[in-house]
Amino acid sequence: MAEGMKIRATLQGDVADVKALMNHIMETGLRKDANTGKLIPAHFINNVVATLNGKTVLEAQWGAAVAKNPFLGFKIKGAKAGDKIVINAVDNHGEKMSGEAAIA
Amino acid sequence: MMNQLRRTFLKSTGAAGTVAVAIAAGLLKPGQVLAAEWNKVAFDATTTADAMKGLNVAGATESKDILIKAPDIAENGAVVPVEVTSKIPGTTSIMIFVDKNQNPLIADFEFSNGAEGYVSTRIKMASTSHVKVAVKAGGKAYTATKEVKVTIGGCGG
Repeated sequence: MAEGMKIRATLQGDVADVKALMNHIMETGLRKDANTGKLIPAHFINNVVATLNGKTVLEAQWGAAVAKNPFLGFKIKGAKAGDKIVINAVDNHGEKMSGEAAIA
Repeated sequence: MMNQLRRTFLKSTGAAGTVAVAIAAGLLKPGQVLAAEWNKVAFDATTTADAMKGLNVAGATESKDILIKAPDIAENGAVVPVEVTSKIPGTTSIMIFVDKNQNPLIADFEFSNGAEGYVSTRIKMASTSHVKVAVKAGGKAYTATKEVKVTIGGCGG
């Protein structure tokens, strides 16, 4: 899996606004290779878990129709500056990626 | 009957084996909560109704407290920004569907420990379609819909 997940988390009042960008092809399995005419196998992130200071705040299951290089935005109430956000993602091949950020 | 039992047994021991291997490999810390198994039935469904059944939100009630922010017209179906806000108290999950996609279920988001009923993402749409959202709150299911016109589809080849 291509390296990289970028996370930015900013505090607005007592709500943390978290934005994450993941590098992933998100291949649907429905496209054909232009040269061989064969279907390109599906390859997509299907599980995402986000934690705040180690506590799960978001668990997501994705299909192949989340757009390429997925963007994920969510909000956490009661968060404080300096709290740690960690996001772990796994794709349908079992490849993992993760990122972390402190709330600013 | 016997066969069914055997299947269940094999399935459960298989899963336990995977966990043990993952712990041994240091991938999983003991005590770390495992994400729920990927809902293949719902994601493989070819109609929104079947996908909703697979997620236990069939028969959801229409709600005006679910706001779907998406473009009226998306030029590129491969990247359609969608933002969902549920104002329903006690929202625990948000699901997004595109009726006309080969597999309508796009994603299922579950919130806990202070995460609000809000999610923002970008999705693929094969053609002009209704974007449907289902919300679980307080053990009940709610739904809302918005049409997005797509100029160039973003799913097939």
